Amino acid sequence: MIRALIPLGVFVALIILLVVGLQTSEERKLIQSPLIGKPIPEFSLPTMQDPEARITHNDLIGEPFMLNVWGSWCWACREEHPFIERLGREAPIELIGFNWKDRREDALAWIERYGNSWSRQVVDFEGQTAIDLGVYGAPETFLVDHRGIIRHKLVGPVNANSFDDLMRRAMQLRAETQ
Amino acid sequence: MSAEFGQISLILALLLAGVLAVVPLIGAQRGNQALMRLAPSLAIGHFVFLAGAFAALAVAFIQHDFTVTYVALHSNLLLPWFYRLTAVWGSHEGSLLLWMLLFGGWMLAVAVFSRSLPRPFLARVLSVMGIISVGFLLFILLTSNPFERIVPGPIDGQDLNPLLQDPGMIFHPPLLYMGYVGFAVAFAFAIAGLIGGRIERDWVRWARPWTMAAWASLTFGIALGSWWAYYELGWGGWWFWDPVENASFIPWLIGTALIHSQAVTEKRGAFPAWTVLLSIAAFSMSLLGTFLVRSGVLTSVHAFANDPERGLFILGFMVLVTGGALLLYALRAPRIMTGSGFDWISRESLLLLNNVFFTVSAAMVLLGTLYPLIIDFMGWGQISVGPPYFGAMFILLMTPVVVLLPLGPFTRWKRDQTVRVLAPLALAAVFSILSALIICAVLDAWSLRAFSGWLGGLWLIAGTLAYAVRTARASRRGLPRHQLGMALAHAGVGIFIIGAAMVEAHTFERDVRLAPGQAVEESGYRFQLDEVALVKGPNWRAEEGRFRIFRGEREIAQMNPQKRHYYRGNQTMTEVALRPGLFRDLYIAMGEQLDDSGAWSVRLHIKPFVRWIWGGAVLIGLGGLVSASDRRYRQKRKSEQAAASRTAPASGQPTAQAHP
Repeated sequence: MIRALIPLGVFVALIILLVVGLQTSEERKLIQSPLIGKPIPEFSLPTMQDPEARITHNDLIGEPFMLNVWGSWCWACREEHPFIERLGREAPIELIGFNWKDRREDALAWIERYGNSWSRQVVDFEGQTAIDLGVYGAPETFLVDHRGIIRHKLVGPVNANSFDDLMRRAMQLRAETQ
Repeated sequence: MSAEFGQISLILALLLAGVLAVVPLIGAQRGNQALMRLAPSLAIGHFVFLAGAFAALAVAFIQHDFTVTYVALHSNLLLPWFYRLTAVWGSHEGSLLLWMLLFGGWMLAVAVFSRSLPRPFLARVLSVMGIISVGFLLFILLTSNPFERIVPGPIDGQDLNPLLQDPGMIFHPPLLYMGYVGFAVAFAFAIAGLIGGRIERDWVRWARPWTMAAWASLTFGIALGSWWAYYELGWGGWWFWDPVENASFIPWLIGTALIHSQAVTEKRGAFPAWTVLLSIAAFSMSLLGTFLVRSGVLTSVHAFANDPERGLFILGFMVLVTGGALLLYALRAPRIMTGSGFDWISRESLLLLNNVFFTVSAAMVLLGTLYPLIIDFMGWGQISVGPPYFGAMFILLMTPVVVLLPLGPFTRWKRDQTVRVLAPLALAAVFSILSALIICAVLDAWSLRAFSGWLGGLWLIAGTLAYAVRTARASRRGLPRHQLGMALAHAGVGIFIIGAAMVEAHTFERDVRLAPGQAVEESGYRFQLDEVALVKGPNWRAEEGRFRIFRGEREIAQMNPQKRHYYRGNQTMTEVALRPGLFRDLYIAMGEQLDDSGAWSVRLHIKPFVRWIWGGAVLIGLGGLVSASDRRYRQKRKSEQAAASRTAPASGQPTAQAHP
């Protein structure tokens, strides 16, 4: 009898995990990053185009910007790409790419194929800075204000709805700088 | 009008399913023949109304009825008629309807083809399926109704996701769902057996062709999905370990374990509880897959419109179905018969190993897929699992399977000697080692992965062939169907392994800059770009590269990759040009226009033996179908007959020679 209950026990554990996962999925997707309202962590990362050149957090602070975490291995990034393209074109603040856990040649090939929508691009192949940033999975998009404070985070691909939301928030950040 | 017709059909199907879920079950418990007899007719009516609902939605698409929200969101006036038809299952609501249609189809098939089952058993099987149907129809009607209207409707609709505007999309979901819902048959058989209180070898035998057919459909569906990703996603990969791919792969792995454990239970009466458990698991994993895809709990390219409410519904349904099944199992399993014992060296223990490896693999894939959730749950911070984890674990777990597989069919049930098993395979072993060496030398493919791929693949093919030849010689009537099917499937695994190893180890990829008139030479092929032309399709325009491919001085192919821009939704898609071949695929994808001179970045791939991946998978699926079609599974072995011959050995069933 006890042995026959083992599968049920495993199943119950699985269900608990899924219920919790479901409850937190919106959180994980939308806002709750402990870093929101906190300054962006310090980093110094090489750029995509030139491995020798580096961009640090200090280079970015001063103007609001969007940070889009992506990787060539990530399908959902492909899906959101038309919206990333539009963000790059239409948003009133800079869109910076954050290439995560990728290989340079793969990432460059991807960019060539699908287009480069980011004005600048840093690479984090080991994923160290991503951990500091609390990156949960690609794609993710951060909004950082001109003081370097993380104001918003979107987990998952940008779609028509979140695009509008991001645009609205970007305009607000732009307005704050004036 | 058609939307209302569909809505009403769906409600009627729900009512019939509700009756089916209760009445025949009561009949079976009370021994009331009249109530039990209702089951097949109810199943037929249930299917008719589901078909009506599905047809209604299809008509709404064909007629451009944009007052139906689902149509307005996924179709437009420019969309050709065949994609309007496939758009029916292009998104969440409609694909659930397809799911249900196929589920109803399986019920219909069980009702029609299983008249020889004992009546109480058939009644219970159909009732269990009725219960599942009630759950899914409620799900559709309450949370995902495809027949909802918007008034006034828009003049034109949105677009079907361009990724889905492809012939591969016509068959991929239906085949996949065929597999998913087909496992419901095995599930229903197991539950009916548990309710009845006995696990009999007879019904395991009846369940086998259904399970194999479902498993074969799933195999075809997964293979088709992989092929579709290969040419449509423009990535040149064939498997990505995406959560949704995993969601279809986990039931497949469990199903593979199941069809093998069913063999043991049917032939030897061993592992009956395990077979029941796997039957429950295979369908539960299909439900879990549905949950993962549609709840938005994990991020994936396949993600349908995410809705936690839907997720909660499926979860609740899973708790009822799987939880109920496992509770029943816990209550009844201790009374389940146990089979006769067996030695270490026996077919039982080899099949047990097969089960262990496949189940562990399924658990491993499940764990990797849910890992982000687990980490989050435990508060361990944020780590992600990538393809390397899956790839490494999988090779590790499947290597022993490949090594041991050819031994299985040669091994006797119950007890055998190592020498007797290994002797007939010595030739196959020598052959595979030598030919692997020669082939790698000829192909100049010296890498551990390529060599072990050839070695493993040829070992499977040669070992399977050796068995097929011996069995065909031993019996007068040649190879029986179920053994032919097994041989096909096992050889298919070999072919698949060769393809996968060669692609992974020796794919050539290069990104080049090409202007019209320029050419680039690679591995004996010359790719020449003649021009980049502007072409137009029904709902897109594209820049098309006109390539000619030369081998030496001979022109062997013209290839026209496109960069497509879809008018609605402003999406850009890469249409790769493929030149398939038995031993290599040529693959060209257009990148970006680099400057005003007309130069483009172009990605070239030469993929050796990539077709063998799908060829092998198709052979595996075919093997399942051929096995399922064997008449021995449908022959009625009357209990009186069995009782009469119980004293005689094996009652006409070949045991030592039979297929696992």
